[in-house]
Amino acid sequence: MSVETNLTAAQRDDLRAVAAMIIPASTEYNVPGADDAVIQADMLATLGRDAPAVGAALDHLARLAGQPLASLDPARRDAVAKEFRASGGPAAATLVRVVLQCYYRDDRVLRSLGLELRPPFPKGYELEQGDWSLLDPVKARPSTLRRTS
Amino acid sequence: MNKPVDVLIIGAGASGAAVAWSLADTKMHILCLDQGGWMSQTEYPSTGRDWEARFYGDYSPSPNIRARPEDYPVNDDNSPIKVVNFNGVGGSTVMYTAHWPRLHPSDFRVKTLDGVADDWPIDYDTLAPFFAENDRIMGTSGLSGDPASPLTDPPMPPQPLGRSGAILGQAMNKLGWHWWPSDTTVATMDYEGRARCINLGHCTPACAQGAKASTDITYWPLALRAGVELRTHCRVREIVTNDEGMATGVIYYDKDGVEQFQAAEVVVIACNGIGTPRLLLNSASKHFPDGLANSSGLVGKNLMFHPYSQVYGFVEQPTDSNRAPPTCLWSKEFYDTDLSRGFVRGYGIQFGRGAGPVFEAVASEAKGILPWGADHHRVFRKLNGHRLGASAICEDLPEEHNRVTLDPVLKDSHGIPAPRIDYTISENSKKMMEHGIARAKEVLAAAGATDICVNSPILYGGWHLLGTARMGSDPKRSVVNEWGRSHDVKNLFIVDGSVFVTSGGVNPTSTIQAIALYVADQMKQRLANLFD
Repeated sequence: MSVETNLTAAQRDDLRAVAAMIIPASTEYNVPGADDAVIQADMLATLGRDAPAVGAALDHLARLAGQPLASLDPARRDAVAKEFRASGGPAAATLVRVVLQCYYRDDRVLRSLGLELRPPFPKGYELEQGDWSLLDPVKARPSTLRRTS
Repeated sequence: MNKPVDVLIIGAGASGAAVAWSLADTKMHILCLDQGGWMSQTEYPSTGRDWEARFYGDYSPSPNIRARPEDYPVNDDNSPIKVVNFNGVGGSTVMYTAHWPRLHPSDFRVKTLDGVADDWPIDYDTLAPFFAENDRIMGTSGLSGDPASPLTDPPMPPQPLGRSGAILGQAMNKLGWHWWPSDTTVATMDYEGRARCINLGHCTPACAQGAKASTDITYWPLALRAGVELRTHCRVREIVTNDEGMATGVIYYDKDGVEQFQAAEVVVIACNGIGTPRLLLNSASKHFPDGLANSSGLVGKNLMFHPYSQVYGFVEQPTDSNRAPPTCLWSKEFYDTDLSRGFVRGYGIQFGRGAGPVFEAVASEAKGILPWGADHHRVFRKLNGHRLGASAICEDLPEEHNRVTLDPVLKDSHGIPAPRIDYTISENSKKMMEHGIARAKEVLAAAGATDICVNSPILYGGWHLLGTARMGSDPKRSVVNEWGRSHDVKNLFIVDGSVFVTSGGVNPTSTIQAIALYVADQMKQRLANLFD
């Protein structure tokens, strides 16, 4: 994973601000917001191929805001965010996806969701058999395979 | 100078692997060239904490997004359905859901039965032994006895119903619908050197356990042991022909990017419904100015995708989410023609168990059901782990204007012209999709689901690449004959999904491989007069 990113300091500030708008911290669920330093560092470190789109999205956001997003009053910030998501196209979608994919792999967040802090492999998961008697009415049906002649 | 070979197979995916294995017992010198390399299970996404994120990057099903060196770009701007595939040893069997229905006998007789499209020149019974052989080698799991599907005899028991399957089964019983546990190529017990499924859940972008059958771990080890040679990272540019109109070999770029010529007595193309017409069109020459094997003018035409209408919702009780293979059940309730529905032909429905947290967050935010702000956490907990999905896989009828051509600008990393897709969804398919959406909503409502969402068509849903070098007995109306040989070039064979005459309403890989085995068998039976 590369820690290199071409985002400017202003873009990083806006990324942090918009991430907090998407997912704010919650004491009720005992989770950080997406502006958390660890989660932000994960985003910047793993931007990779998404960097151009995220950069374009942040440029769009900056044009809409006209000043650092965090410095806007709450009502104006919300309006800019709505406009950003509505008009930002694939670049905005990429930015949002980057925020979400880093947030929902954070240990604190997964723990709050009751999920294990591991990849699927090698442990896997258990899958219950389910009630196979549910299939009995279907088994009782006559064949409906269409005849060809 | 490469030593000439008897049989040259282009493509090591679903069909190329099957043909290689089948022809190996002839003891001929068989060589397969593939533009990709061997995959490593230890590098598959489900081995890392970023397993979901990689689906949007280096393990995206879209070659344009994935953009690995092994991939070639596809201009699909003029199509509402984007091409998805995988390039490497195993081809798209590395990256598929392992859903394993067969085309129905009636799918081979659509003109006779319903007066549309064309009948195939072969029938289901011709393929039946090859379906069975293929199921044995790929290793299928399922439950025999489905009253609405061709009889199968999977060597392994079905996947568990799980929570999701039970909820969906109950819902369909309320509606009186047909449903059945899907046949899949997921090993539910240890099988022929493959370890059983441990429910990694992230099956589509490759199985780190090796429980999902892909031809790199099924056919290829057998074929290599039998003496077939597989040369990787070799991208074929064109097939070369002589003044007699016979193929003499191929020009390809080797792993170092060096242009090579490989001579062959027989050439077999197994590059899928996009790659095959691309190669044929790129092989235009003095004798074949409109592209190789294209005297009918049908190379690249009649592209069929299977438009998917996906509907999903969320139930109160927990589902299997990402903790099981995504494939679950199928329904054939609406598979056959009923003109009272307003369209001809029909569709299968495949049911999904759920999704992982990142996928759920990304998809639900994009749909507008997962808000930004303080309520995000509450809503996410309501959605995550509660998803159920149903997808109508609609039969796409052949239409010549749906086609693959060569893009005048776009090229791959070797400078070879890339394919361009021009495709529209027909009025018949649109009506079918609307019907499928309405029925899927019914079943989800019967399951108690809310927050219903629709993706129709699934944008990145062009998995099934069919019809672009169709099979037939009339050289004016088809590209290959009833046993896969080009009408125009008598030592050129096509064995992938491009030979499909019609598409049926099910995932095609099982049928593609059965056809490949059938063509190989025909070749073996006709070795003494193969070029007559």
